[in-house]
Amino acid sequence: MSKRDRINSVSATGGSPAEYDFAPVGDMVRSAAGDDYSPIEDYGAIGDGRSVALVSRAGSIDWLCLPHFSAPPLFSALLDRRKGGCFAIRPTTPFRSWRRYARDSNVLETWFETDTGVVHITDCMALLPHRQQHDTLRPQAEILRLVECLEGEVDLEVVCAPRPDFARAGGWFEARRALGWAYCWGDAVAFLQGELPLTCTEDAATVHGRTRVTASDIFCMSLAYTRRDIAVIPALGAAAVDRVSDTRSWWQDWSDSCTFDGMYRGAVVRSALVLKLLHYDLSGAVVAAPTTSLPEAVGGIRNWDYRYCWLRDAAMTVQAFAELGYTHEASFFIDWLLHATALTRPRLDILYDIYGETHLPESEVRDFEGYSRSRPVRVGNAAQAQLQLDVYGAVIEAAHLFVRHGGRLDRGEARALKGFGDQVCSSWREPDEGIWEKRDGRVHHTYSKMMAWVALDRLLDLAEGGHLRVPRARFEAERKAIEEAIETHGFDVELDAYVAYFGAKEPDASLLLASRYRYRAADHPRMQGTCAFIERTLDVDGLIYRYPPESDGMPGREGAFGIASFWMVEHLALAGRVAEAQIRFERLLESSSDLGLYAEEIDPETGSALGNFPQAFTHVGLITAAMALRRAEAEAPADGNRTDGKKSQ
Amino acid sequence: MIFASLIENFWSVLLWSFLASIAMTAILQTSQGLGLSRLSFAFLVGTAFTSRRSRAHVLGFMVYVLGGWLFAVLYVVVFLIVGHGSWWFGLLLGLAHGVVLLVVVLPLVPYVHPRMANDYDGPTLTQRLEPPGFIGLNYGYRTPLSVITAQAAFGLVLGLCFQMSELTAGG
Repeated sequence: MSKRDRINSVSATGGSPAEYDFAPVGDMVRSAAGDDYSPIEDYGAIGDGRSVALVSRAGSIDWLCLPHFSAPPLFSALLDRRKGGCFAIRPTTPFRSWRRYARDSNVLETWFETDTGVVHITDCMALLPHRQQHDTLRPQAEILRLVECLEGEVDLEVVCAPRPDFARAGGWFEARRALGWAYCWGDAVAFLQGELPLTCTEDAATVHGRTRVTASDIFCMSLAYTRRDIAVIPALGAAAVDRVSDTRSWWQDWSDSCTFDGMYRGAVVRSALVLKLLHYDLSGAVVAAPTTSLPEAVGGIRNWDYRYCWLRDAAMTVQAFAELGYTHEASFFIDWLLHATALTRPRLDILYDIYGETHLPESEVRDFEGYSRSRPVRVGNAAQAQLQLDVYGAVIEAAHLFVRHGGRLDRGEARALKGFGDQVCSSWREPDEGIWEKRDGRVHHTYSKMMAWVALDRLLDLAEGGHLRVPRARFEAERKAIEEAIETHGFDVELDAYVAYFGAKEPDASLLLASRYRYRAADHPRMQGTCAFIERTLDVDGLIYRYPPESDGMPGREGAFGIASFWMVEHLALAGRVAEAQIRFERLLESSSDLGLYAEEIDPETGSALGNFPQAFTHVGLITAAMALRRAEAEAPADGNRTDGKKSQ
Repeated sequence: MIFASLIENFWSVLLWSFLASIAMTAILQTSQGLGLSRLSFAFLVGTAFTSRRSRAHVLGFMVYVLGGWLFAVLYVVVFLIVGHGSWWFGLLLGLAHGVVLLVVVLPLVPYVHPRMANDYDGPTLTQRLEPPGFIGLNYGYRTPLSVITAQAAFGLVLGLCFQMSELTAGG
């Protein structure tokens, strides 16, 4: 098969953008060399289960950490356009661009239309079919960019400017004749190959080239990374096209095994694909996001490093994987969860890196201006040192879900879970920083107490099922004491709602989870009151803030919280308010990027994405909300809203 | 006489070779682990036989140990022929061996290794390993230093063992 035939089988292209089944979004007219920052939602994510690259709508890879999510970046123009470095392929003249993912995959396709022609670029990080993964010599990571001119002629420029470790590590390009260009830094090398003439700048820091492509011209570019080993340099030409095809097939095979069959399958599968992108395939960990320091308020200081694993996300992530039929991922994640935490047991820290490391000191990259001048750029996360009692409930709930879906706990895991229960009994009376990781001191967060209740409740349930042994009387007494504390101090009679912390008058969106975790049924009067309170105080046009804006003592106003908005959907579905839930859900679907991706937050005024991107937590929220909707629809009468609700606890 | 001495001291030479190989491998592995060089002789040798990375490492290591033993025999033969074996003579021999390896052997590898690409033809489906380049510099500019040091350590240990054994061609 010729390269041309292979290309056609990969991209199924051949016409103008107008012929494709997606619509242009927003104002696409751009200068080819814009100086400003792309909107966060303008990025597409590609990955290989070890790291993720963000590709802008303008054809520039502006973020990539190697060899894994938490490693220093090779390209970081996302956080400083001048210093950060990128790998761009783009027209030299103004263009319009459209993009989509190839069906149910993480292979990104972008069309560029200029006054003179149309170019199609396929971007992916190479994956091999399962059967070949151990048979073939391959680099530790490879970015593949396949360029095809569909119509007319287009002048393209290629710029590859690696700037390792936020431009703090020195590196240089070396010409290797027919092998392309080797970028060497530290103990690593990245081979850049392209089927076009490339030249190097005098300082050996950047390789660039220009070419004119005409209809039916095709060329490939490959950036292959190897660290601490003899490099593997993949072949270009038809072999590269085959690798793109294999990668697309890998993702599609994975997506096809998704068992979700309800409405919104497309959005659910896209969210599952994002979770899989963030699932580190060597340890089973799931990172919160592949980026650091994308701001929650543009120009502000709410910029955090999310390239780690938050235990809080555990229960929801396991549930999402398990209920979508991805039992391998769920089981792998549970394994990571229970083994990564071994060093800190019975205490649980709130976040770990992909290998279970908890020493993640926070520092600032002072030379970087930050995304849209949002300083500082942070590496590491000081929240690691916080006390957040809800993580015990999240981990134990994850294990409970794992068992409910047929998993088995070994003796060590059972002992570890019981140890977590003991820890909850001895520490739930302490104040903590709470789920939102505020940095203004500890209080008695109602949600933390609820999750402490969940921890003991699930352990008692697991003991009931014979999966582990616990001191039943003690756990039951403590569970009761927690409940009494919540009902006495965490519920405000005047507001008729659970409140953010004991004695407060503030709402907290996380309290919507009380129904999901079966602390209180969704139609329980106190939950109804809490839901109404949150709707009154935190809801803006279907988007939910996590707590009252500007109440955290930090400058700048953050956006509405993505997952909190999905929690509201889930809560309403559980309460039988299915039609309302559905309206909200569809409103939220409109808030995603054109590729179906979500950041941590959404600006209610502009609809822009805010915070790290794409965010696992938000996509987990979408999946669990869709599943709740599907269950509610299955249970609801055919004529629409169910108002009677379930029996309250 | 030399052959008879070797046969007679077979187990001793095997042990010396083992010790020398440990010293050499430790230096090479350490330099790879510390990021000083990306060269792995075990991987380089193993991939000549298989494209499976894990198998290549194991197979390569076995072939490498066997090669180490053969070279140990050669070193001892030289000691016996010259009639002198000492730590400094072994060191000199190892340094010479390292230079030959860097200047002569490594540049030839792309033309004999079935899975190694070369600068002139570019990578193919089967030939895709990075070639070492002049004196192995492609694998990091400290590669020559680590190879020379490792080979010198190999010779030093063998020479020292020979010196301590007081082995002579006469047995």
